[in-house]
Amino acid sequence: MKAYIRSAAIVAPQDGSAGTPLLRQVLTYTGNRLTCAEPDYNQFIDPRAIRRMSRIIKMGTAAAMQCLQLADVQMPGAITMGTAYGCLEDTGVFMKRMVEQHEEMLTPTSFIQSTHNTISAQIALQLQCHAYNNTFVHRGFSFESALLDAKMLLEEGQKQVLTGAADEITPYSFSILQRFGLYKTDPGNNIDLYNRPGKGTMAGEGAAFFLLDSSDHPGNYAIVDGLHTFYKPAGIETIWENITQFLAANELQPGDIDLLVTGRNGDAAGDKIYAEMQEAIFPEQVAIGFKFLCGEYPTASAFALWMAARILKEQQLPAVFGVTQPASLRRVLIYNHYEQIHHSLMLLRAC
Amino acid sequence: MYSSNAAVYVGGLGVVTAIGNNKAECLASLEAGKAGIAGITLLDTIHKNTLPVAEVKLSNQELERRTGLRAHTSRTALLSVLAAREALEDAGISSASEWRMGFISANSVGGMDKTENFFPGFLANANSGHLRSVVNHECGAVTEIAADALRIQHFVSTISTACSSGANSIFFGARMIRHGLLDIAVAGGTDALTKFTLNGFNTLQILDKEWCMPFDEERRGLNLGEGAGYVVLMSEKVMQSLGKQPYCKLTGWANANDAHHQTASSPEGAGSFAAMKGALDMSGLAAADISYINLHGTGTQNNDISEGTAIQRLFSAPYPLMSSTKSFTGHTLGASGGVEAVFSALSVQQNLVYPNLRLHTPIQALPFAATTEFSRAHTVHHVLSNSFGFGGNCSSLIFSKS
Repeated sequence: MKAYIRSAAIVAPQDGSAGTPLLRQVLTYTGNRLTCAEPDYNQFIDPRAIRRMSRIIKMGTAAAMQCLQLADVQMPGAITMGTAYGCLEDTGVFMKRMVEQHEEMLTPTSFIQSTHNTISAQIALQLQCHAYNNTFVHRGFSFESALLDAKMLLEEGQKQVLTGAADEITPYSFSILQRFGLYKTDPGNNIDLYNRPGKGTMAGEGAAFFLLDSSDHPGNYAIVDGLHTFYKPAGIETIWENITQFLAANELQPGDIDLLVTGRNGDAAGDKIYAEMQEAIFPEQVAIGFKFLCGEYPTASAFALWMAARILKEQQLPAVFGVTQPASLRRVLIYNHYEQIHHSLMLLRAC
Repeated sequence: MYSSNAAVYVGGLGVVTAIGNNKAECLASLEAGKAGIAGITLLDTIHKNTLPVAEVKLSNQELERRTGLRAHTSRTALLSVLAAREALEDAGISSASEWRMGFISANSVGGMDKTENFFPGFLANANSGHLRSVVNHECGAVTEIAADALRIQHFVSTISTACSSGANSIFFGARMIRHGLLDIAVAGGTDALTKFTLNGFNTLQILDKEWCMPFDEERRGLNLGEGAGYVVLMSEKVMQSLGKQPYCKLTGWANANDAHHQTASSPEGAGSFAAMKGALDMSGLAAADISYINLHGTGTQNNDISEGTAIQRLFSAPYPLMSSTKSFTGHTLGASGGVEAVFSALSVQQNLVYPNLRLHTPIQALPFAATTEFSRAHTVHHVLSNSFGFGGNCSSLIFSKS
């Protein structure tokens, strides 16, 4: 069973409009945080519902609705999504009031919306979609689990599955994650993220949704041929092994990959893995990063899938990557790891 | 390769709830009609003397000792390790086995029990508070503490769809086996009581200030509980190699969405009807084949009539026996699908029907009543287990004699 990407949409720190070529205008950020360029939500969501929604609910719902609009599909056969942190803003609001008001005079809205499956539930509610609906919340595997679920649903006979991911940064989460040392402390620009290696990365966020379809349609973006995750690999050899076995399972050699998309994020220790992998397995391949465009967050791989699908559809590598376009753009491999714990491989093919 | 009719066996069970620290203790309480609901002792909250809850009767220190996990670990993870380890040992599988093993766990608020202690200091000064209190805030972090303790590495994931989370984890594990992606899946859910959840449910005004009365005309709301429950699902090949009798088979499941309201259930139970119907269809059973329904049965006005109406629409007289074991364990949220799967598997294996406690006046609008007697007198062929959550997320599982 093939899994065609029939449409893809984002709300991200970059403009994802379907009408203009991919990344024609790149948005730049100074500091250590990239935030979403939010669209006019009225285009995608019932204005009465927008008022009650927190930012991540709007981001996720808008990306999902735009994705369906692009596919011209009214009702998906199932909805799956991933979110590592869930609805942090609502969680923070309820927590703050609980502390400051000493558990008294609390109101339910932020608690209700803090639930991790709020976004997928709101999408179902907006669509009046009674179909299968599932939400995965496993850190750097959240989106990959949702994508796996979607692929299994297609194998099981579903025709169309809406799948995606969303994560947000809030002042609380940024402040806490910064204390963990995740982000760079020097003020720099996202465009030259890879030119200033050191400790830490830039924080990011975003929502991305895809309509996976079991059949070929004119205008499909790409085919998701393979997906593999591996958790806490023992060492570099285990990583190589997972990558080469994944290629072999898809009857491919490293040389069959036209473009490599890696999760480089500017953190020297984590980026070393990509550099060594490239040297060891893909010495001839053109490689590009994506986190300089969206920042680092546990479901950033969904942004990578959106980007790779658009590259395959448009058959054009945008200038921002500063690389020579390979002679053929048929197969793309996305390799991402989050904090060196969650590793994922996604294999795409042009339609 | 996907095989739509490959058998999925339940080969091991583990559970911890307010009525017992393992399945033997839980079964003894179910037989004795002994609920685990009482006053709050674990949380420092203003609701201490007004809202009864169903606490696991082990302190964090005792749980740390039993699990070997370090101090300051989220209680959600402690409960998870205790129950999941029981399930694996019960199945007779060592972590060093050559099988492709996955751990799919559910929870609703991750390490919130620690985060909520961190927050008052953090709000006063963003640089204060121990980071160890928030390092496991994420739902997935809790799962990883357990996966690492059990040494399960091949596949790990976490599902959070509110109160149906545990059931969703179980069918996700079963599907991975049918797709040939896993040989063994340890699947279920865990949740510890937190002030965050207690206050959240309290704002919804659906907490009973007395002991809850599911499926009673006079029901007033739910009691929150805590715990963890896991099943060890395995392929035919694994079951044969172990050479022992499974508890039962997981033959049907379905998830559907009510698409009615973020927290309330639709009056006709659209989502719950579709979930039960979908599970029956998958298992190839007719409604009349179900011997016992382990109800979602939270005890709120809205939930119970919605579920009851869906049952009335799908089943006909004579109705199957049914009860809500939440009258014993309270509502364990993300764990409930796992906990009740364990109870359901034991029901199929040992022909047990559990009582619905404190039922005085059955819901008058419904043509059936929950059963109030513990029984071994019925042959239990198939059990339907319901779990319905916020966001209209409705799931049903069917366990069948193997």
